[in-house]
Amino acid sequence: MLYLDHAATAPMRPEAWEAMEEFRSAFGNPAGVHTVSRAAKHGLEAAREQAAELLGAARPTEIVFTAGGTEADNLAVTGAALADGDPGSVVVTAVEHKAVLESAAFLERLGGRVTRLPVDADGLIDPAAAAGAVEGATAVVSVMLANNETGALQPVTEVAEAVHAANPNTRVHTDAVQAFISEEVDVGSLGVDLLSLAAHKFGGPKGVGLLYVREGVRLEPVVHGGSQELGRRAGTQNPMGAAGMVAAMAATVADRTDFRRRVQAARDGFEARLAEVIPRLRVNGPLDRRLVQHSHLGFPGHRSETLLIRFDQAGLAAAAGSACQSGAVEVSHVLAAMGMGETEAAEAVRFSFGWTTAPGDAELAAKLVTGVIEDLQ
Amino acid sequence: MRVVVAMSGGVDSSVAAALMVEAGHDVIGVTLKQWEDADGNLPTAGCCTVGDAEDARRVAAQLDIPYYVLDYVEEFRRAVVEPFGSGYLSGQTPNPCVECNRTVRFKALLERTAELGGDVLATGHYARVAWHPSGYQLKRGIDPGKDQSYVLYMLTQQQLSHIRLPIGELTKPAVREYAARLSLRTADKPDSQEICFVGGGDYRDFLAQHFPETARPGPIVDTAGTEVGSHRGTAGFTIGQRRGLGVALQEPRFVIDIDSATSTVVIGDRHDLLADGCVVRDVSFVAGHPIDGQPIEVKVRYRSRPVPARLEVDNGSWLVRFDDPQAAVAPGQAAVFYRGDLVLGGGTIERSIP
Repeated sequence: MLYLDHAATAPMRPEAWEAMEEFRSAFGNPAGVHTVSRAAKHGLEAAREQAAELLGAARPTEIVFTAGGTEADNLAVTGAALADGDPGSVVVTAVEHKAVLESAAFLERLGGRVTRLPVDADGLIDPAAAAGAVEGATAVVSVMLANNETGALQPVTEVAEAVHAANPNTRVHTDAVQAFISEEVDVGSLGVDLLSLAAHKFGGPKGVGLLYVREGVRLEPVVHGGSQELGRRAGTQNPMGAAGMVAAMAATVADRTDFRRRVQAARDGFEARLAEVIPRLRVNGPLDRRLVQHSHLGFPGHRSETLLIRFDQAGLAAAAGSACQSGAVEVSHVLAAMGMGETEAAEAVRFSFGWTTAPGDAELAAKLVTGVIEDLQ
Repeated sequence: MRVVVAMSGGVDSSVAAALMVEAGHDVIGVTLKQWEDADGNLPTAGCCTVGDAEDARRVAAQLDIPYYVLDYVEEFRRAVVEPFGSGYLSGQTPNPCVECNRTVRFKALLERTAELGGDVLATGHYARVAWHPSGYQLKRGIDPGKDQSYVLYMLTQQQLSHIRLPIGELTKPAVREYAARLSLRTADKPDSQEICFVGGGDYRDFLAQHFPETARPGPIVDTAGTEVGSHRGTAGFTIGQRRGLGVALQEPRFVIDIDSATSTVVIGDRHDLLADGCVVRDVSFVAGHPIDGQPIEVKVRYRSRPVPARLEVDNGSWLVRFDDPQAAVAPGQAAVFYRGDLVLGGGTIERSIP
């Protein structure tokens, strides 16, 4: 099986397995007072320090470990909006991950105001529009670093600057879940106050994530209970998961330059080969402003639901839209926001390359895809 | 041969898939997502639930076959649910299973089968497809209590050549026994009885919720035209219905006619309910016309015995003449023509002939 669904989840890196292995013995609850707990606590805090360093954070206390990217997004949006006690107002883009959009919808149900920024046909927002949407009561503006479907890279640095200029009390959050594996992520140069990561997208374990919280940013917790993570995230901490995540982060950062070169060559080669055989092939998203690992393609006249099954049968794993509870493919809100019609949106397939992509994969992928398309004609 | 099996998550389609695997075919399991809640998810109660899809997925895993969920919500709404509402609205008693088989199962899904690289589509219906030198035959399932050939009468030669109905050769107990032998998790799952998208509830509640325009009050009259009561919408009534008329009378009374234009329900006695025949529209035959006037058997409801009748063509429309008058011939239901085990064809009842 040729795995081109790295954007859904990536295989774990050996560094992550190795780091987690140590917690066979360091199984303690970090909150305890005894030796067993201390070993776990040490592992957890070492991971936190390293995460802070890798993200360019000023202090380890700016890192809050969560149970994944969705929880980090929830804590960022809902937590920042409710920090002052009432839901106030938030600004999000129309193409955010559901974790952000549904948090905004939740705040709306609590009486908050939500502005959803439109995107252009490439899926990009205008930083000036983001700043223009900011009002006195705007608690947080959430703009993803890169879109999880098309890979479109948003101008987050510009957004942060413009939003902070418009209202210094407004927090800027970026969901960097999809971008981290291939884009440099430094909270200082991005200028954001909040940033979410999910370990499993870059070779760490599932069920672990983190939220970077700039010092001084107050959050209302979304998981209530004990005072772990400085009262920002209750629940027994997960030292093994945190260590696995941070080992994968370190490996990602060390490998990133090479990853970009390797994966971009594969992605571009794949698209070029397909374009030769499928003349009406569409490439969705901004050609020159997208993640190097994403190839979001439209196959005119072919429903993605059928294509995915045929690809699977041919030994190629890809994705389309987002899977619902039952596993049926749903039409994507991202493509709809880009102004794409339902038919076109239902013809879109996402291929995503990753750290295990090997030389020859692009050629093989193109061969499998063209084989299926030719068979369907 | 590559076989696409439509798996609902019930025991019948589970065994259909298992039999295809056992026969050595290259099998793909699919579940049709036909209906969704307001939030776009599968319902959690009734039929077509998340649990049903999960059962199908687990059985497919047990059989070690690939499994996918296909989205047919729009097709199903257009071809099955909307005609169901408009049928009741016009005083008919629609059969949604027939429409589903006609438009979704054996049209859209059969076309999709080819797109998925499948040679044939297999389902868990209790009916049989047989090859005969004169062409494909559609036959009743061998379990008389479970036979589902009534809802498959519209199948044509072209369709039958790409359809397998593996459990039609088995009785229900044999199907369960087979499932139990393979330890399929659906072996003891209760049969679904109701119209799938209505779920466990009453179809009248479904109509009231999804087709509120069916709730148009009107009078209940007797055969002389005397008003004997009132009702809250004709959709609550079916020809032949005896219970729930809301009218206190000494003799048993039945719904004998529904006039949707005036929202009038006509009731009468057992004798008024009888029809000598019916006019049938959208008639199709599995393997060519039977000869005019030849004796056949006809079934006018899913749960009724086939009765002797003759087919006639009159001015281009098909008439069914029963040998003996039949009760409760409801417009909108299917009239299915048989000769013994053989399904000859059928159509939709347009009106009864008194």
